Amino acid sequence: MVSTETEQNPGAKPGPAAADTGDLAGLEAGLDALETRHTGRPPLSQTLVQKVLPPATAIVLVLVVWQLLVWAKVTDSYKLPAPSSVWSEVEDSWTRGTLLGFIWTSVSRGLLGFLLALVIGTPLGLLVARVKFVRAAIGPILSGLQSLPSVAWVPPAVIWLGLNDSMMYAVILLGAVPSIANGLVSGIDQVPPLFLRAGRTLGATGLRGTWHIVMPAALPGYLAGLKQGWAFSWRSLMAAEIIAQSPDLGMGLGQLLEAGRTNSSMSQVFLAILLILIVGIAIDLLIFSPLERWVLRSRGLLVKN
Amino acid sequence: MATTIAKAADGVDARDYAARITHVSKSFDAPGGRNTVLDDITLDVAPGEFVTLLGASGCGKSTLLNLVAGLDLPTAGTISTQGRPALMFQEHALFPWLTAGKNIELALKLRGVPKAGRRQAAEELLELVRLAGAHGKRVHELSGGMRQRVALARALAQDSRLLLMDEPFAALDAITRDVLHDELTRIWRETQVSVLFVTHNVREAVRLAQRVVLLSSRPGRVAREWTVDIAQPRRIEDAAVAELSVEITEQLRGEIRRHGQH
Repeated sequence: MVSTETEQNPGAKPGPAAADTGDLAGLEAGLDALETRHTGRPPLSQTLVQKVLPPATAIVLVLVVWQLLVWAKVTDSYKLPAPSSVWSEVEDSWTRGTLLGFIWTSVSRGLLGFLLALVIGTPLGLLVARVKFVRAAIGPILSGLQSLPSVAWVPPAVIWLGLNDSMMYAVILLGAVPSIANGLVSGIDQVPPLFLRAGRTLGATGLRGTWHIVMPAALPGYLAGLKQGWAFSWRSLMAAEIIAQSPDLGMGLGQLLEAGRTNSSMSQVFLAILLILIVGIAIDLLIFSPLERWVLRSRGLLVKN
Repeated sequence: MATTIAKAADGVDARDYAARITHVSKSFDAPGGRNTVLDDITLDVAPGEFVTLLGASGCGKSTLLNLVAGLDLPTAGTISTQGRPALMFQEHALFPWLTAGKNIELALKLRGVPKAGRRQAAEELLELVRLAGAHGKRVHELSGGMRQRVALARALAQDSRLLLMDEPFAALDAITRDVLHDELTRIWRETQVSVLFVTHNVREAVRLAQRVVLLSSRPGRVAREWTVDIAQPRRIEDAAVAELSVEITEQLRGEIRRHGQH
């Protein structure tokens, strides 16, 4: 936005022909240049200091306190293993080649279940948001389901479907679909009416309006719903894996945790809990946070003055 | 009781108006009875004409514009327009998930312009509002005046014969507004589009219009009309503009004063 002929004195006495186009173009280019804000991404070093250093410090602090508690012998060593013995559990599992297997069993289940929930939850959310009757009929139930702990679905799912993968997916769906649908509903409810009016005058009505205006406008709320949907998927899956034990189900992180309990191996329990936590955080950091930030940044919603 | 949209046969329309508003009334149900917002409005906008609708708060000028835009239906009377009118709001109403250029291309797409021609057409419209090179800019990267110019380009992308403007410059600073007045006059003369422009700013009304229509308030009725015979390009500080503005302001104040005399 660099202009070559700005600073034409706007106070100069305008004759009748003063609105002549060249003059106006220069004036306008000057105004545009004066009023345009430039925004860019912060440098990498700043990102490191502001975003990476604080959580790293927190983790180190937790490890230090943990080790101090072990040294102080606040409780029996089988109740509180040292960080080093949890670490050797990691190394063991790694050298035996089972570590990635545990993780993959759970992660592949979780992601597939989440994708299924996405496919079901999205049209469901659209229906609830756009059709008054559907909203009145199932809207409250849908929000209510969010507060029902999905572990409650494990016993009925086992009875209905048996101890197999479909039972796991059923529990994931019951946990994640309401979050995704509700996220979309609240995203659509928060679309400014002005966008809908503008869309209608441009001819975006009905399905075209939904596709071109409503869905993109609701995207931030929808993404928040997806993020929560993933958290619920993961939680539901872990609940199902801890409760349902069967050779057919393989060894996921939940089963690893439960096996650690039956073996009275606290370091294995700690290992499982850590892995469950790390996977949950990693999926969020690698997929959802970048997606959310990209959407917000491109709409100018992350710009700080 | 209906809003009819005249279909142009082969792009030729023999109508002698861009919008015809005939005995239009609009009322809403309100606590304590019906609330009449517009009462028996009759008004024509000729092809290529620039008309400003002027009035104080509560005169229903935005309601009338919504009726002409087809966003709402009149309680009585008929409104007929040449095709679907384009509408510009006080807020730019650009979609923040699209770039400036893509906003215009969406309007083209919804109008049925084939994909191949859209980019080129959008660039040309941006050039018309002197924003060549802004195609890839995000809405939040543009200044208020630039946003309204993109909104104008998007409205023009509808290729409507009638452009409705609902106080489009009210939220801008005085310098930018002044420049946009010049721009709008230039573009109106270049495109020969008909404009129905709503404002509560008397000088703005006189600066821009060929005809100023004053609405009374509660209910809105056509109180008086002025034909503005001042040659374009005008400036808002021209003596002739000021003179007519004084006259219209007197009348407007009279209309407002009546409401305090109950």
